[in-house]
Amino acid sequence: MNATVASLTSRSLLGRRRVVVLLLLPLALLSLCTLARVLGGLDADIENELDTTLAPDLLGAFGIVILMPLLSLIAGTGSIGPEIEDGSIVYLLAKPLNRYSIIVAKLAVAIGVVIAFGVVPIAVAGVVLTGEVGTVTIAYSVGALAAGVAYAAVFLVLAVVTRNAVVVGLIYALIWESLVGGLVPGAQTLSIQQWSIAIVERVMGESADRLGVASAVSFGVGLVLLVVVTIAATCYAGRRLQTLRINEQV
Amino acid sequence: MSTVDLEQVSCWFGNVVAVNDVTMRLGPGVTGLLGPNGAGKSTLIHMMAGFLAPSAGTVTLDGRPLYRDQEIYREVGLVPEREGMYDAVTGWSFVLANARLHKLPDPEAAARRAITTVEMTDAEGRDIRTYSKGMKQRIKMATAIVHDPAVLLLDEPFNGMDPRQRLHLMTLLHELGEHGRTILFSSHILEEVEQIAGNIEVMVAGRHAASGDFREIRRLMTKRPHQYTIRSTDNRMLASAIIAEPSASGVQLVTDVTGGSSIHVQATDFHAFIHTLPRLASRRDIRLLEVRPADESLESVFSYLVNR
Repeated sequence: MNATVASLTSRSLLGRRRVVVLLLLPLALLSLCTLARVLGGLDADIENELDTTLAPDLLGAFGIVILMPLLSLIAGTGSIGPEIEDGSIVYLLAKPLNRYSIIVAKLAVAIGVVIAFGVVPIAVAGVVLTGEVGTVTIAYSVGALAAGVAYAAVFLVLAVVTRNAVVVGLIYALIWESLVGGLVPGAQTLSIQQWSIAIVERVMGESADRLGVASAVSFGVGLVLLVVVTIAATCYAGRRLQTLRINEQV
Repeated sequence: MSTVDLEQVSCWFGNVVAVNDVTMRLGPGVTGLLGPNGAGKSTLIHMMAGFLAPSAGTVTLDGRPLYRDQEIYREVGLVPEREGMYDAVTGWSFVLANARLHKLPDPEAAARRAITTVEMTDAEGRDIRTYSKGMKQRIKMATAIVHDPAVLLLDEPFNGMDPRQRLHLMTLLHELGEHGRTILFSSHILEEVEQIAGNIEVMVAGRHAASGDFREIRRLMTKRPHQYTIRSTDNRMLASAIIAEPSASGVQLVTDVTGGSSIHVQATDFHAFIHTLPRLASRRDIRLLEVRPADESLESVFSYLVNR
């Protein structure tokens, strides 16, 4: 990994305006969880639900299903897309640098952003909801990390391959995973969301059934697919960067 | 001392032929790549910079193919035409980052030298987003020379520069050329190119239209047929006098919708005609009201070079 590439990428990615956008979703999650906790203190039924299904529902439905793909979309595409768009990528490409090392550095920055703005808030939300660093908090934090890494790698390669990476990424996360996945069970097999829920389910162990956490794929399949997709996306991004056409004017 | 060779190079994008069968050799010294917008200059530079594969032919640096060889960037520096840079960092940080990306042994010293060379020391601490176009051009130049490359490729480097900055960059390129660097810069302004380029390569519509020193290119451009629109106090008499001159090959008396008339002249010998015309008018007591070149656009000059 090249530290200079990572430094340039993080300074571009974490501009003031983008940081505000990145903060919106985790703040919404934390606000929701704090509200649930406060209401739980006032109402015994809500308190009871917090201990059983509300915590996994909130962390799963908001954390894994909404927060992680959207954050990763911003971080993954934002780590290289704008540079390709405005041509500044030429300053990295006109150097004696391995193209894969450029991609790895950018992916590392995207993952760092996903951890800071996604995984950590989910862990904090888990503690707020359950009141402890227990199985639920750990399971969803690990699941969010796995999802964040895979999503970031996929959205990064999308930004290298197409100028419409954000649109394609949104279509994948919102239409394919959430809509099609909900209607067509087979589509869930090709879903980063389901693969990471398989991780959550495994870490939860026996309490997964009780809390209603179930993935459409087994732990083994989910883990293998997460690893394979992350590595394949990274390798393909590096390969495409070798032949990236930066001259748009004929 | 490095040499860039292009052998029968063509490059097309779908149905569009951007570069058509170009052969040229760039050696030490300053070479100007002259041509109108859309002539294929940027495509040619991107092929020389190893970013674009030729659809046909070869592009080599000292015999090594350039495409997809990252090691060439130890010897090649590039000033791109596009303005996109890392706007959120300071000029100093950006040039230093470029020195580090080249893995230079002392990046700070290299960055200091490059920034001093382009005279950006005073503004080096400011974010790039606050720079004027000319300052951005100079920082781009600093990133390209930070590793002291043997070959320097510059795509429209004078865009946005004020006359003083332009003169400074011209002097710098001249000095680098004198020291044995192979410099290629593109421009669509002949006057700009002829001031520093020992050799000029002219591109028009993707084709290599002409090659030589600026005198040869000037001669080619002034030797072509020139067209003029002339208005005088007696157009008919002046037209009859012009057609009798060997320096003119055609005269047309034109009447416009308002009833006013003018003469359209095709001159075959530019120098002879511009010396003869005042004398012809003076001898006949005709007053010249307007003498206007009708086809002086750069495109028409270049088109002539291609079609000659």
